[in-house]
Amino acid sequence: MTGSAGHNVPAIKVKKKGFFRTLWGQKQLMLMSVPMLLYVFLFNYYPMWGWIASFEDYKPKDGPLGSKWVGLQHFEWLFGRSEFLEGIRNTLAMSLINLVFGTLASILLAILLNEVRSKLFKRTVQTVTYLPHFLSMVIVVGMAQNIFASTGPVNQLIKALGGQEIFWLGEEKLFWWLVGVINIWKEVGWNSIIYISTMTSIDPTLYEAASIDGAGRFQRIMNVTLPGIKSTFMVLLIMNIGHLMEAGFEIQYLMGNSQVEHYSRTIDVFVLEYGISNNNFGRATAAGMFKSIVAIILLFSANWVAKKLDEDTLI
Amino acid sequence: MTAIANKRKKPHQDIVFPIVNTCILVVLMFLTLYPVINTVAISFNDGTDALRGGIGLWPRQFSLKAYQALLTDELIWSAFGISVARTVITTVLNVILTSMLAFALSRREYVLRGFITITMVLTMYVNAGLIPNYLLISKTLNLSKTFWVYIIPTMFSCFNMIVIRTYISGLPEALAESARIDGAGDLRIFWQIIFPLCMPVLATVALFVAVGSWNQWFDTQLYNGSKKYLYTLQYLLKMKLATTNQSANAANATADALRTTTATTPVTIRCAITVVSAAPILVVYPFLQRYFVTGMVLGGVKG
Repeated sequence: MTGSAGHNVPAIKVKKKGFFRTLWGQKQLMLMSVPMLLYVFLFNYYPMWGWIASFEDYKPKDGPLGSKWVGLQHFEWLFGRSEFLEGIRNTLAMSLINLVFGTLASILLAILLNEVRSKLFKRTVQTVTYLPHFLSMVIVVGMAQNIFASTGPVNQLIKALGGQEIFWLGEEKLFWWLVGVINIWKEVGWNSIIYISTMTSIDPTLYEAASIDGAGRFQRIMNVTLPGIKSTFMVLLIMNIGHLMEAGFEIQYLMGNSQVEHYSRTIDVFVLEYGISNNNFGRATAAGMFKSIVAIILLFSANWVAKKLDEDTLI
Repeated sequence: MTAIANKRKKPHQDIVFPIVNTCILVVLMFLTLYPVINTVAISFNDGTDALRGGIGLWPRQFSLKAYQALLTDELIWSAFGISVARTVITTVLNVILTSMLAFALSRREYVLRGFITITMVLTMYVNAGLIPNYLLISKTLNLSKTFWVYIIPTMFSCFNMIVIRTYISGLPEALAESARIDGAGDLRIFWQIIFPLCMPVLATVALFVAVGSWNQWFDTQLYNGSKKYLYTLQYLLKMKLATTNQSANAANATADALRTTTATTPVTIRCAITVVSAAPILVVYPFLQRYFVTGMVLGGVKG
């Protein structure tokens, strides 16, 4: 060990000399990038030091070094807490609903748009469906409260069709699906962009060849369009699996109320309630850290599986 | 059903499908726009009449009272000003700093390129989480209860950096090379040659950043909830959201105080604030659309 390390020293030294000379020659590039590097270290990496609070009875005035060490006590507390376990369940449920139905909807929209001949009509549909992506969640939830209100348009339609009025915003069994519908409404157009652009890059001779072989429109979609978007689909799937723990928190926080809280509370909402509002930083940090670590494990596992299947990978 | 019918009579497929397709897409556009138009309609309706509900795409009893109430509300004006200020400053700083970094990381000869790129890209997947960030910003950096909490933590986004870098990599290398031969340093090459050429992609990134900053409400709640003069428009709207029951958020100290305000805010005023806070985006957005689609694709493919 020591022998091989000692052996390497001269080689590194020679390399280093050249390295620093080149670096000095690139001082303007450094001026443009090193401040941002420090910025990212401060705002993205330094806070991870705060994870240490997960193992402490953290008091802001004592800081991470002065607070009392409690070991895994916070994690034991968390996993005995029904609110936290519900939070995990709700996060995964809403993410999965969003992943499955959101992806299907945006692929379907991309296919429909890909079949449109008129450029003007295509662009109009795109402009309209991208729009909600740019509205803030506060605005979207405000609109949803009008639409799903007891006297709102949805209930009026139901009544006109002879059904019973539904209290959409206070029905816990409906909450996940309501979030799913609102998320799809907001993002379906935006998420279809990437599929549309992949579809436009499919070689048109493939479609011609399929037509000559007697393939109808549906067969062309099944045998040319869908295989053409497969690799984009895989890359996005891996990315989305990495984000499964991010069910969002804005919509659940803004739409949540006491009638639905067992189904609306995600891990993030839990962290906010216990950490900021109750000043219980240690427990909340433990919950947040748990979430981040599971997210990283999910990302790498999905990437690993994709590699095994010999698909395009992200990392 | 139609699919099976179409399969049997192939020539008809090319007539039936486009009609069905157009109908589906028209319905989709209607569903997308309905909530937006509905909100606008309610905002122009009379307050007491609106409580009956059932307003569709047009006001039932036209009234400008909600907007008159907004115009005389000082808090709305100050929130509007704060929102505009944070959006403009964040966008300018973010675009300049992000594009500068993107330029440096697009230079193949730069020896720190690999290290810095990996450090930046990892930030897209690893996040310390809410509490450590909150402690950093409010306790370590002491930024809470200041305007700067809207600016300083949001000066960089890795996704945008990748979008710009991809664009710069697509520019002809000869441009930078000839300037270098003429004796220009990297800073000058960036500022005088590359930056002006990047305008299309910078427009995209500026739109992303501006929308993100304008739509943000949570930082106000977290750091500036006790400073009325630092409220943003989105936060004001958030406070007026008339949730039937807010006790899910009751643990939040501010929510309790707000419940009294929310209960008395008429639905028409809430809709009018919604319209005011969405208006800048609705106005600017159609003009920038062709830019952001390119940018989205650039970043999405390489990111």
